[in-house]
Amino acid sequence: MSTHSTAHFNALFNPRGIVVAGASTHPGKFGFVSLHNILASGYAGKVFATNRDGSEVLGVQCATAIDDLPEGEIDLVFVCTPASTNIELLRQCGRKGIKAAFLTSAGYAEAGEEGIAAQAELVAVADELGILLAGPNGQGVVSTPANLCAQIVAPFPPAGRIGVASQSGNFVSSFLNWSRQTGVGISRAVSAGNAASVTVPDFLDYYATDQETAVGLAYVEGIADGRDFYERMRAITPSMPLVVVKGGATAGGARAAASHTGSLASDDRVFDGAMRQAGVIRSLTVEEGFEAAASFATQPLPKGNRVVVVTTAGGWGVVTADAIHSSELELVTLPDDLLAAIDEKLPPRWSRNNPVDMAGGETRDTIPEVMEIIANHESVDAIVYLGLGIQSNQARMLREGRFYPDHGLERIVEFHERQDRRYATAAADISEATGKPILTATELGTADPNNPGPAAVRETGRLCYGSANRAVTALEQMWRYQRYMSG
Amino acid sequence: MTTLSEAASKALLAPHGVPFLEERICADVDAAVNAGSDLGYPVVAKLNGDAIAHKTERGLVRLGLGDADALGRAAGELLEAATPEDGEVTVLVAPMVSSNREFICGVSTDPQFGKTVLLGVGGILAEAIADVSIRLAPITDRDAHSMIDELRTSDLLGEFRGSPAVDRDALVRLLVGLSSVVEAEPQIAAIDLNPVLIVDGQPVAVDALVETTNVAETAS
Repeated sequence: MSTHSTAHFNALFNPRGIVVAGASTHPGKFGFVSLHNILASGYAGKVFATNRDGSEVLGVQCATAIDDLPEGEIDLVFVCTPASTNIELLRQCGRKGIKAAFLTSAGYAEAGEEGIAAQAELVAVADELGILLAGPNGQGVVSTPANLCAQIVAPFPPAGRIGVASQSGNFVSSFLNWSRQTGVGISRAVSAGNAASVTVPDFLDYYATDQETAVGLAYVEGIADGRDFYERMRAITPSMPLVVVKGGATAGGARAAASHTGSLASDDRVFDGAMRQAGVIRSLTVEEGFEAAASFATQPLPKGNRVVVVTTAGGWGVVTADAIHSSELELVTLPDDLLAAIDEKLPPRWSRNNPVDMAGGETRDTIPEVMEIIANHESVDAIVYLGLGIQSNQARMLREGRFYPDHGLERIVEFHERQDRRYATAAADISEATGKPILTATELGTADPNNPGPAAVRETGRLCYGSANRAVTALEQMWRYQRYMSG
Repeated sequence: MTTLSEAASKALLAPHGVPFLEERICADVDAAVNAGSDLGYPVVAKLNGDAIAHKTERGLVRLGLGDADALGRAAGELLEAATPEDGEVTVLVAPMVSSNREFICGVSTDPQFGKTVLLGVGGILAEAIADVSIRLAPITDRDAHSMIDELRTSDLLGEFRGSPAVDRDALVRLLVGLSSVVEAEPQIAAIDLNPVLIVDGQPVAVDALVETTNVAETAS
């Protein structure tokens, strides 16, 4: 019987009830922290716990054995018990009809010969019992549609459409921290631990069929069978974009080879080529990987590579144009009819070129109007919008200065902040209406996250890119995927 | 691992669409000189044999031979330079072509990913520049196009210093040809086409080295 069916994955990510095996009264122990995180994050199903002495933990009366728990109410066991007790534990879970187990327990394949044997036995028993085995030696599982935070680490991210699968538990936390900071949410997240039975590609397969997940984000290292990994990724990308961050990129680069071809074909270049061939977006850093995934999750795909930069100040536009020139994107030359249409909205000192630099010529409605005209033009596939939050930045200074609220400051502060919120909302609305990506970039997203501009971007569910270069990188990655899919 | 001679390597690859120059395999000096007058001067002469992998390093390639005298002298020297370890040797005579653009193409076997096809910018700085793109075999035309696009110096493929643009489709055929060779001949572990010159816009491999896993030895 397969332990990797959709029903098994549903038991892991959307369980009717959970039992924490090895619940502890000590707030520093995994058996406490995991129960705490489950209870504190609003999980609506029943929560049970077991431990040796049957004590109460966080208001949950523990049983001393799984056998003593009710039938048919539990789908997932979260295991914090020592390796030596886990075979018996699994057998009891099997009798209860539990379909999925997440093991945090260490002492398996990461711990030498004996651990390898113990892990093999664990897998064999789980297979025999029809239990999906995640881990061991993993940090946990998160599923926002179920308000499930069954992990021994923080945080619990906001809900969204990114599915995370990682060979390293700490990378799950890294991605979730980015999610919390940016507001771009997560559907599912899981640390594969030793991946004894369920591997990162297996989780990604499930995400590809999961209605809650729009994009897969994976961290991998030390891939055992590269050809198999390639085939698995290639089978997934037609139904879901995939972003992969790989560790160990530079290890073993040099290889003794008689041929020049062989010496040029380093491990990392082969991996890079294989991922391109599979339509996978490979990111080199955690933040770049998260931002690529966040873009796929929240922006429409660009149909082509023609970009217009809309900016309220010249310098930013110049740097963004540089970034576009060194990418696979095109800084499109503005057609005459588009020039003429923008002329209607701006005083003559605007750049009359791409980047569209409004040069301070904008009045109350200009930015949304110009953005809409550009997005609606057939020769434009995407917009990068710069300058959000400037007005609110000054508003903050006015508000914090000693003259506030007199001299008309209260009114102008309110105006500035309302305008920035409006621009952010317009960018999202116009993007949705036209089906074209509009990426808003400003360092204020990180420098002053409470600035009403970036805050409003977060409220639309989209990412406020920390710099124009990061927006260009993300847009280029979306374009690569689109080209792969249509090629 | 066994290497094939340049001539045997080319004979294996040519039916799969890898473009080579017309060249002659000559057993002795007289045959070489006849080949030279057939092909027209200037020509290149190279020592050819199964065990000869690094011809340039051993001085076994003679370029720009302008007439029968020069060719005859070079062919004689090459045959004399052969050592007993080289086994049976011949002299390859080929037209001398020149190009301002060099690429390297080939196949190698990765321990994790298996057979891979590579395209790179060639020349003496190839390994330092390392502007290469790689795909897993087998590759499609589309894969080959994306390999070409991926090169950082893909400007080299356009019109360049008075030379016409590279025939992209011909380069695609070459790369897909390499892939089809290793599909058809699984004993091939590596192929080196170094350099692939661009002559009048057409890619042409002027050297070839095929390495095979030693099937005969494994079998016996």
